[in-house]
Amino acid sequence: MKDLASTMIRVLNRDGEAVGPWAEGLDDDVLLQGLRNMIRVRAYDERMMTLQRQGKTSFYMKCTGEEAIAVGFRAALSKGDMNFPTYRQQGLLLSTDYPVVDMICQILSNSRDPLKGRQLPIMYSSKEHGFFTISGNLGTQFIQAVGWAMASAIKGDTKIASGWIGDGSTAANDFHAALVNASVYRPPVVLNVVNNQWAISSFRGIAGGDHATFAERALGYDIPALRVDGNDYLAVYAASKWAVERARRGFGPTFIEWVTYRVAPHSTSDDPSQYRPKEESAAWPLGDPILRLKNHLIGRELWSEERQTQAETEYNDEIRAATKEAESYGVMGSGASPKDMFDDVYKEMPRHLREQRQKLGV
Amino acid sequence: MPQMSMIEAIRSAMDVKMGLDDDVVVYGEDVGYFGGVFRCTAGLQKKYGTNRVFDSPINECGIVGTAVGMAAYGLRPCVEIQFADYIYPAYDQIVSEAARIRYRSNKDFTCPITIRTPCGGGIFGGQTHSQSPESLFTHVSGIKTVIPSNPYDAKGLLISAIEDDDPVIFFEPKRLYNGPFDGHHDRPATNWSKHPLGDVPEGHYTVPIGKASVFSEGNDVTIVTYGTMVYVAEAAKKETGIDAEIIDLRTLSPLDVDTIVASVEKTGRCMVLHEATQTSGFGAELAAQVQERCFYHLEAPVVRVAGWDTPYPHAQEWDYFPGPARVGRELTAMMEA
Ligand SMILES: Cc1ncc(C[n+]2csc(CCOP(=O)(O)OP(=O)(O)O)c2C)c(N)n1
Ligand SMILES: [Mg+2]
Repeated sequence: MKDLASTMIRVLNRDGEAVGPWAEGLDDDVLLQGLRNMIRVRAYDERMMTLQRQGKTSFYMKCTGEEAIAVGFRAALSKGDMNFPTYRQQGLLLSTDYPVVDMICQILSNSRDPLKGRQLPIMYSSKEHGFFTISGNLGTQFIQAVGWAMASAIKGDTKIASGWIGDGSTAANDFHAALVNASVYRPPVVLNVVNNQWAISSFRGIAGGDHATFAERALGYDIPALRVDGNDYLAVYAASKWAVERARRGFGPTFIEWVTYRVAPHSTSDDPSQYRPKEESAAWPLGDPILRLKNHLIGRELWSEERQTQAETEYNDEIRAATKEAESYGVMGSGASPKDMFDDVYKEMPRHLREQRQKLGV
Repeated sequence: MPQMSMIEAIRSAMDVKMGLDDDVVVYGEDVGYFGGVFRCTAGLQKKYGTNRVFDSPINECGIVGTAVGMAAYGLRPCVEIQFADYIYPAYDQIVSEAARIRYRSNKDFTCPITIRTPCGGGIFGGQTHSQSPESLFTHVSGIKTVIPSNPYDAKGLLISAIEDDDPVIFFEPKRLYNGPFDGHHDRPATNWSKHPLGDVPEGHYTVPIGKASVFSEGNDVTIVTYGTMVYVAEAAKKETGIDAEIIDLRTLSPLDVDTIVASVEKTGRCMVLHEATQTSGFGAELAAQVQERCFYHLEAPVVRVAGWDTPYPHAQEWDYFPGPARVGRELTAMMEA
């Protein structure tokens, strides 16, 4: 199966039909739900961008064009499994019943922020929803995912972990630490590289991505590797399911390179016109994952333009209402309490922190 | 009561905890089959199996990174970094991750890990087997830094560290592994079997984190120190005849300020003493604390005695090491001030 690291796994053909060995056994309900979740993620991203432009939050990062990956992968996981995400996997949380109001409150750092204003916007955390606290230091979570999976194996558990990393961050030492440890201990982990071709302004070649595919890196560690069209929801779901099953049955790690494209700027602080031609992102290399799945489902008469419009309206309304509710708890740090600054550095507050809190007078 | 070396006491701590708590796992380079280059984990793999005691690849980032992940799952990893000199590849995982998991997630996740690592010089180990990097950790919010000076404390503190719900860096002064080394490298070594602090109970007990001990009482000057320097201070006290009170901090962070303040208020003089390099060392924090809290009790400036600000040299080890002669000279000068 080594060629699977060099070629590209794809299910949808140019006409939107599901073909090939990975097309089998895909459940229609999963696909319909996947489409809805992707629409929801995009509606969320758009709304949060507006919020940032309005000055109600300091920062935001979109995943436009990459929605299929997190949404499709999440659909293959079970309750109790744990993701170690980057900042571009909001789709993992938005595909669960995690309250979207809480996500927005985190972004607003307001009085209902589940993280009490301590974290940069979008660095969510929810153990219950299988979402490890996002770091902001690139790469660190990748090896932690391997550790979590080792723990699961040590305990004889069937829960699995998945690590997430960007193409640029595969250059980080934690990436290689993850691979060698996954190779040695064979724990139940899926190691996901989201290759969206860009790392802020540097293209994948600056991470060595032009000399070998990212998936090929895993072969030297004897970790089975797949290279998948990340904008093809059917391929994403099929490959995720295969890798997740494999891990759950005790066959060890799988490495997946998701080939995709970062359509949006890196973050709200970024201006891509400084480093890449506008036409490149406007062309949506690999297509729009939402459009591709939508056309497939319409072709099979499982979906329609009307239902698409309906779903878009439904999620726009949902996110708008959630945003309104979230804003009622404050925006851009208003409502976060300075008192919360000193708690939870340790389980019990040591004397020096008590003294410092008193000095601040809170 | 059984007599234990510091190595045996540390091993016993892990043994006791592994016996009581299935969630405790132990790993690191050469830790599993071989039992560690200093033998601290000898026999544990045989007793608890390769699932719970194992060798790790030579990747310190991986050792701590996997521990952070395991802790998120619910285990209590106790990992070994073979020498403190090799902890830097793991520094990001300690500082940016382990230390902040509780805070940044609003305690959704926590990180109850223990990182054991031999530190300090005196074994002719050169710059890569001798360092004392404790201040790089005491400077970081969210981790605790512990450094025992004897077998009894080592076992009790290590059990406390493993049971602690926050990450603990556990420094083991390697020159104390076999005996209370006082800096007289040219004299025959003594070992723990002849020392009262080598009396170590077989079973479970704890020494609390965050509590210093008055190692030796005195009235004229307070020496605030930890690790190997406790015995160097003791030798200097004996050799100068100066009635020094020696405080063994045992935990550097969180710091037991009360014990220090009570002593300095009594003696009116204070020396802070450590093996690590002086500039921005932990002694700077200690001196500042004493100055802030005891200024009106001080009869002389606080004196720092520490390693010179050079990399740890090989051949010049005993010129570098702040031994009893140097400590004695500084003590004498302080008393004249
Ligand atoms: C250790 C570290 N170095 C640098 C940064 C700054 N930084 C944030 S995102 C980013 C680019 C990451 O690119 P990639 O891994 O491809 O992920 P993507 O943003 O494309 O999803 C950089 C350099 C950081 N957060 N952490
Ligand atoms: Mg990228």
